[in-house]
Amino acid sequence: MSSFLAIANPNAARRLFLGRSTVLLSGAAVALLSGRDVLAAKTGSATAGDVRILNTALGAELEAIAAYQVGAESGLLQKPVLDLAVQFQGHHKEHADLLAKTVQKLGGKPVAAKSKYNFPVEGLKNQADVLRFAAKLEQGAVSAYLGAVPLFANRDLSKAAASILGDEAMHWAVLRNALGENPVPVAFVS
Amino acid sequence: MIRLALTAALAMAGAGAAAQGDAASGEEIYARCAACHALGYDRVGPRHCGLLGRKAGAVPGFDYSPAMKKSRITWTAKTLDAFLADPGRTVPGTTMTYAGVPDATERADLIAYLDRASKSAAECKGRK
Repeated sequence: MSSFLAIANPNAARRLFLGRSTVLLSGAAVALLSGRDVLAAKTGSATAGDVRILNTALGAELEAIAAYQVGAESGLLQKPVLDLAVQFQGHHKEHADLLAKTVQKLGGKPVAAKSKYNFPVEGLKNQADVLRFAAKLEQGAVSAYLGAVPLFANRDLSKAAASILGDEAMHWAVLRNALGENPVPVAFVS
Repeated sequence: MIRLALTAALAMAGAGAAAQGDAASGEEIYARCAACHALGYDRVGPRHCGLLGRKAGAVPGFDYSPAMKKSRITWTAKTLDAFLADPGRTVPGTTMTYAGVPDATERADLIAYLDRASKSAAECKGRK
Protein backbone atom coordinates (compact mmCIF):
# COMPACT_ATOMS: atom_id res chain seq x y z
CA MET A 1 0.00 0.00 0.00
CA SER A 2 1.49 3.37 -0.99
CA SER A 3 1.67 6.11 1.58
CA PHE A 4 -0.61 9.11 1.43
CA LEU A 5 2.39 11.11 2.49
CA ALA A 6 4.16 10.16 -0.71
CA ILE A 7 1.46 11.69 -2.89
CA ALA A 8 2.29 15.24 -3.85
CA ASN A 9 -1.20 16.26 -4.90
CA PRO A 10 -3.50 16.54 -1.86
CA ASN A 11 -6.60 15.94 -3.98
CA ALA A 12 -5.16 12.71 -5.27
CA ALA A 13 -4.34 11.69 -1.71
CA ARG A 14 -7.86 12.52 -0.64
CA ARG A 15 -9.34 10.50 -3.51
CA LEU A 16 -7.09 7.61 -2.65
CA PHE A 17 -8.07 7.85 1.00
CA LEU A 18 -11.76 8.03 0.27
CA GLY A 19 -11.49 5.15 -2.14
CA ARG A 20 -9.91 2.95 0.50
CA SER A 21 -11.63 4.09 3.60
CA THR A 22 -14.65 2.34 4.92
CA VAL A 23 -15.27 5.29 7.21
CA LEU A 24 -17.84 7.72 5.91
CA LEU A 25 -18.46 11.25 7.08
CA SER A 26 -21.11 11.26 9.72
CA GLY A 27 -24.54 12.70 9.08
CA ALA A 28 -23.69 15.60 11.36
CA ALA A 29 -20.55 16.44 9.45
CA VAL A 30 -22.34 16.19 6.13
CA ALA A 31 -25.04 18.47 7.48
CA LEU A 32 -22.38 20.99 8.44
CA LEU A 33 -20.78 20.86 5.04
CA SER A 34 -24.13 21.18 3.34
CA GLY A 35 -24.73 24.51 4.98
CA ARG A 36 -26.96 23.93 7.97
CA ASP A 37 -24.37 25.64 10.12
CA VAL A 38 -24.71 28.75 7.96
CA LEU A 39 -28.43 28.63 8.50
CA ALA A 40 -27.81 28.28 12.20
CA ALA A 41 -25.49 31.26 12.18
CA LYS A 42 -28.11 33.36 10.46
CA THR A 43 -30.65 32.48 13.08
CA GLY A 44 -28.21 33.32 15.79
CA SER A 45 -27.85 29.89 17.36
CA ALA A 46 -24.11 29.72 16.65
CA THR A 47 -22.05 32.19 18.58
CA ALA A 48 -18.59 33.69 18.73
CA GLY A 49 -18.03 31.18 21.50
CA ASP A 50 -18.80 28.37 19.07
CA VAL A 51 -16.19 29.74 16.66
CA ARG A 52 -13.68 29.86 19.50
CA ILE A 53 -14.37 26.22 20.39
CA LEU A 54 -14.02 25.17 16.76
CA ASN A 55 -10.75 27.05 16.44
CA THR A 56 -9.30 25.45 19.56
CA ALA A 57 -10.27 22.05 18.17
CA LEU A 58 -8.78 23.00 14.82
CA GLY A 59 -5.49 23.94 16.49
CA ALA A 60 -5.35 20.54 18.20
CA GLU A 61 -6.20 18.72 14.96
CA LEU A 62 -3.45 20.56 13.08
CA GLU A 63 -1.00 19.57 15.79
CA ALA A 64 -2.17 15.95 15.59
CA ILE A 65 -1.56 15.97 11.83
CA ALA A 66 1.98 17.22 12.47
CA ALA A 67 2.51 14.61 15.19
CA TYR A 68 1.48 11.77 12.90
CA GLN A 69 3.80 13.21 10.25
CA VAL A 70 6.67 13.00 12.73
CA GLY A 71 5.71 9.42 13.51
CA ALA A 72 5.40 8.45 9.85
CA GLU A 73 8.74 9.98 8.96
CA SER A 74 10.54 8.65 12.03
CA GLY A 75 11.46 5.37 10.36
CA LEU A 76 10.32 3.64 13.54
CA LEU A 77 6.94 2.43 12.25
CA GLN A 78 6.70 -0.77 10.29
CA LYS A 79 3.84 -1.80 8.06
CA PRO A 80 0.99 -2.32 8.70
CA VAL A 81 1.31 0.08 11.66
CA LEU A 82 2.67 2.78 9.36
CA ASP A 83 -0.38 2.51 7.12
CA LEU A 84 -2.61 2.74 10.16
CA ALA A 85 -0.86 5.90 11.36
CA VAL A 86 -1.17 7.47 7.94
CA GLN A 87 -4.85 6.57 7.80
CA PHE A 88 -5.42 8.16 11.20
CA GLN A 89 -3.54 11.24 10.04
CA GLY A 90 -5.94 11.33 7.09
CA HIS A 91 -8.87 11.38 9.50
CA HIS A 92 -7.32 14.31 11.37
CA LYS A 93 -6.87 16.11 8.05
CA GLU A 94 -10.57 15.58 7.35
CA HIS A 95 -11.48 16.86 10.81
CA ALA A 96 -9.26 19.93 10.35
CA ASP A 97 -10.68 20.60 6.91
CA LEU A 98 -14.24 20.41 8.20
CA LEU A 99 -13.51 22.56 11.24
CA ALA A 100 -11.76 25.23 9.17
CA LYS A 101 -14.60 25.37 6.65
CA THR A 102 -17.15 25.62 9.44
CA VAL A 103 -15.24 28.44 11.15
CA GLN A 104 -15.20 30.29 7.83
CA LYS A 105 -18.88 29.68 7.23
CA LEU A 106 -19.61 31.10 10.65
CA GLY A 107 -17.67 34.24 9.80
CA GLY A 108 -14.53 33.42 11.76
CA LYS A 109 -10.91 33.12 10.77
CA PRO A 110 -9.56 29.58 11.05
CA VAL A 111 -6.32 29.24 12.97
CA ALA A 112 -3.39 28.21 10.81
CA ALA A 113 -0.94 25.41 11.41
CA LYS A 114 2.16 26.51 13.31
CA SER A 115 5.38 26.74 11.35
CA LYS A 116 7.00 24.52 13.95
CA TYR A 117 5.68 22.13 16.60
CA ASN A 118 7.52 20.87 19.63
CA PHE A 119 7.32 17.15 20.10
CA PRO A 120 9.35 15.01 22.50
CA VAL A 121 11.12 13.27 19.62
CA GLU A 122 14.15 12.50 21.76
CA GLY A 123 11.94 10.09 23.70
CA LEU A 124 10.81 8.18 20.60
CA LYS A 125 13.20 5.25 20.24
CA ASN A 126 11.03 2.52 18.77
CA GLN A 127 7.59 1.75 17.37
CA ALA A 128 6.03 1.28 20.80
CA ASP A 129 7.22 4.75 21.86
CA VAL A 130 5.55 6.29 18.81
CA LEU A 131 2.34 4.35 19.36
CA ARG A 132 2.29 5.33 23.04
CA PHE A 133 2.82 8.98 22.12
CA ALA A 134 0.00 8.83 19.56
CA ALA A 135 -2.31 7.02 21.97
CA LYS A 136 -1.74 9.72 24.57
CA LEU A 137 -2.65 12.43 22.07
CA GLU A 138 -5.76 10.54 20.97
CA GLN A 139 -6.85 10.00 24.58
CA GLY A 140 -6.45 13.70 25.18
CA ALA A 141 -8.43 14.46 22.04
CA VAL A 142 -11.31 12.33 23.26
CA SER A 143 -11.35 14.27 26.55
CA ALA A 144 -11.04 17.61 24.76
CA TYR A 145 -14.01 16.92 22.50
CA LEU A 146 -15.97 15.55 25.44
CA GLY A 147 -15.29 18.82 27.23
CA ALA A 148 -16.31 20.84 24.18
CA VAL A 149 -19.55 19.06 23.26
CA PRO A 150 -21.69 20.62 26.01
CA LEU A 151 -20.34 24.12 25.37
CA PHE A 152 -21.67 24.72 21.87
CA ALA A 153 -24.67 26.99 21.56
CA ASN A 154 -25.47 25.30 18.26
CA ARG A 155 -26.47 21.68 18.89
CA ASP A 156 -25.56 20.62 15.36
CA LEU A 157 -22.01 21.60 16.21
CA SER A 158 -22.19 19.51 19.39
CA LYS A 159 -23.32 16.59 17.28
CA ALA A 160 -20.48 17.08 14.80
CA ALA A 161 -17.96 17.32 17.65
CA ALA A 162 -19.36 14.11 19.13
CA SER A 163 -18.92 12.47 15.74
CA ILE A 164 -15.24 13.44 15.72
CA LEU A 165 -14.93 12.28 19.36
CA GLY A 166 -16.10 8.83 18.28
CA ASP A 167 -13.43 8.68 15.61
CA GLU A 168 -10.69 9.76 18.05
CA ALA A 169 -11.87 7.12 20.53
CA MET A 170 -11.52 4.46 17.84
CA HIS A 171 -7.98 5.66 17.13
CA TRP A 172 -7.15 5.49 20.83
CA ALA A 173 -8.55 1.96 21.15
CA VAL A 174 -6.72 0.68 18.07
CA LEU A 175 -3.44 2.20 19.25
CA ARG A 176 -3.85 0.64 22.69
CA ASN A 177 -4.55 -2.69 21.04
CA ALA A 178 -1.42 -2.34 18.91
CA LEU A 179 0.53 -1.78 22.13
CA GLY A 180 -0.87 -4.98 23.58
CA GLU A 181 -3.01 -3.07 26.08
CA ASN A 182 -6.71 -3.50 26.77
CA PRO A 183 -8.18 -1.49 23.88
CA VAL A 184 -11.27 -0.43 25.81
CA PRO A 185 -10.28 -0.32 29.48
CA VAL A 186 -13.29 1.56 30.80
CA ALA A 187 -17.02 1.83 30.16
CA PHE A 188 -16.96 5.62 30.19
CA VAL A 189 -14.45 8.16 28.95
CA SER A 190 -13.72 11.34 30.84
CA MET B 1 3.64 46.79 51.62
CA ILE B 2 1.34 45.07 54.12
CA ARG B 3 -1.09 44.32 51.33
CA LEU B 4 1.69 42.85 49.22
CA ALA B 5 2.83 40.65 52.07
CA LEU B 6 -0.73 39.49 52.70
CA THR B 7 -1.21 38.66 49.03
CA ALA B 8 2.02 36.69 48.99
CA ALA B 9 1.00 34.84 52.15
CA LEU B 10 -2.38 33.95 50.65
CA ALA B 11 -0.73 32.81 47.43
CA MET B 12 1.63 30.56 49.39
CA ALA B 13 -1.28 29.20 51.38
CA GLY B 14 -3.10 28.47 48.14
CA ALA B 15 -0.08 26.75 46.63
CA GLY B 16 0.28 24.69 49.78
CA ALA B 17 -3.28 23.46 49.42
CA ALA B 18 -2.15 21.54 46.34
CA ALA B 19 -0.51 19.05 48.66
CA GLN B 20 -3.96 17.97 49.85
CA GLY B 21 -4.68 16.20 46.58
CA ASP B 22 -3.40 12.81 45.46
CA ALA B 23 -0.74 13.51 42.85
CA ALA B 24 -0.72 9.90 41.59
CA SER B 25 -4.42 10.10 40.84
CA GLY B 26 -3.85 13.56 39.38
CA GLU B 27 -1.33 12.14 36.92
CA GLU B 28 -4.03 9.87 35.50
CA ILE B 29 -6.46 12.77 35.30
CA TYR B 30 -3.80 14.84 33.53
CA ALA B 31 -4.15 12.46 30.55
CA ARG B 32 -7.34 14.38 29.74
CA CYS B 33 -5.24 17.47 29.09
CA ALA B 34 -2.96 15.74 26.58
CA ALA B 35 -4.69 16.98 23.45
CA CYS B 36 -3.56 20.52 24.17
CA HIS B 37 -1.00 20.59 26.98
CA ALA B 38 2.34 19.15 27.98
CA LEU B 39 4.46 19.72 31.04
CA GLY B 40 7.64 20.88 29.39
CA TYR B 41 6.69 22.54 26.12
CA ASP B 42 4.00 24.75 24.61
CA ARG B 43 1.30 23.21 22.45
CA VAL B 44 -2.23 24.43 21.71
CA GLY B 45 -2.08 25.41 25.34
CA PRO B 46 0.92 26.65 27.31
CA ARG B 47 3.32 24.37 29.16
CA HIS B 48 2.58 23.45 32.75
CA CYS B 49 6.02 23.30 34.34
CA GLY B 50 6.12 26.08 36.91
CA LEU B 51 2.39 26.75 36.65
CA LEU B 52 1.71 27.30 40.34
CA GLY B 53 2.87 30.76 41.24
CA ARG B 54 2.96 31.96 37.64
CA LYS B 55 0.88 34.88 36.41
CA ALA B 56 -1.75 33.90 33.82
CA GLY B 57 -0.68 34.73 30.30
CA ALA B 58 2.98 34.93 31.24
CA VAL B 59 4.74 32.11 29.39
CA PRO B 60 7.09 33.92 27.03
CA GLY B 61 6.24 33.47 23.37
CA PHE B 62 2.91 31.75 23.92
CA ASP B 63 -0.02 33.25 22.01
CA TYR B 64 -2.60 33.70 24.75
CA SER B 65 -6.16 34.88 24.27
CA PRO B 66 -6.74 38.54 25.14
CA ALA B 67 -9.05 37.32 27.89
CA MET B 68 -6.30 35.30 29.57
CA LYS B 69 -3.77 38.09 29.22
CA LYS B 70 -6.16 40.50 30.90
CA SER B 71 -7.31 38.09 33.61
CA ARG B 72 -4.85 39.28 36.30
CA ILE B 73 -4.83 35.79 37.74
CA THR B 74 -1.86 34.32 39.53
CA TRP B 75 -2.12 30.55 39.47
CA THR B 76 -2.47 29.17 42.97
CA ALA B 77 -4.28 26.04 44.10
CA LYS B 78 -7.30 28.23 44.73
CA THR B 79 -7.38 30.11 41.42
CA LEU B 80 -6.53 26.97 39.47
CA ASP B 81 -9.34 25.11 41.24
CA ALA B 82 -11.83 27.79 40.18
CA PHE B 83 -10.54 27.84 36.61
CA LEU B 84 -10.54 24.07 36.22
CA ALA B 85 -14.09 23.88 37.59
CA ASP B 86 -15.36 26.08 34.77
CA PRO B 87 -12.74 27.71 32.54
CA GLY B 88 -15.24 29.70 30.47
CA ARG B 89 -16.98 31.15 33.48
CA THR B 90 -13.75 31.99 35.29
CA VAL B 91 -12.09 33.59 32.28
CA PRO B 92 -14.81 34.46 29.74
CA GLY B 93 -13.28 34.40 26.29
CA THR B 94 -10.54 31.89 27.14
CA THR B 95 -9.53 29.61 24.28
CA MET B 96 -9.50 26.73 26.73
CA THR B 97 -12.92 25.74 25.48
CA TYR B 98 -13.43 22.87 27.87
CA ALA B 99 -16.36 22.25 30.15
CA GLY B 100 -14.07 21.72 33.11
CA VAL B 101 -13.47 19.16 35.82
CA PRO B 102 -16.62 19.20 37.94
CA ASP B 103 -15.36 16.91 40.71
CA ALA B 104 -13.54 18.84 43.45
CA THR B 105 -11.44 15.84 44.48
CA GLU B 106 -10.28 15.31 40.91
CA ARG B 107 -9.35 18.98 40.67
CA ALA B 108 -7.36 18.77 43.91
CA ASP B 109 -5.58 15.65 42.62
CA LEU B 110 -4.81 17.33 39.32
CA ILE B 111 -3.42 20.41 41.04
CA ALA B 112 -1.33 18.23 43.36
CA TYR B 113 0.11 16.49 40.31
CA LEU B 114 0.91 19.78 38.56
CA ASP B 115 2.61 20.97 41.72
CA ARG B 116 4.62 17.77 42.10
CA ALA B 117 5.53 17.64 38.41
CA SER B 118 6.85 21.19 38.48
CA LYS B 119 9.13 20.26 41.36
CA SER B 120 10.30 16.82 40.30
CA ALA B 121 9.38 15.79 36.74
CA ALA B 122 12.31 15.39 34.37
CA GLU B 123 10.49 17.51 31.78
CA CYS B 124 10.42 20.40 34.23
CA LYS B 125 14.07 20.43 35.18
CA GLY B 126 15.37 23.91 34.47
CA ARG B 127 11.99 25.09 33.15
CA LYS B 128 9.62 27.64 34.64
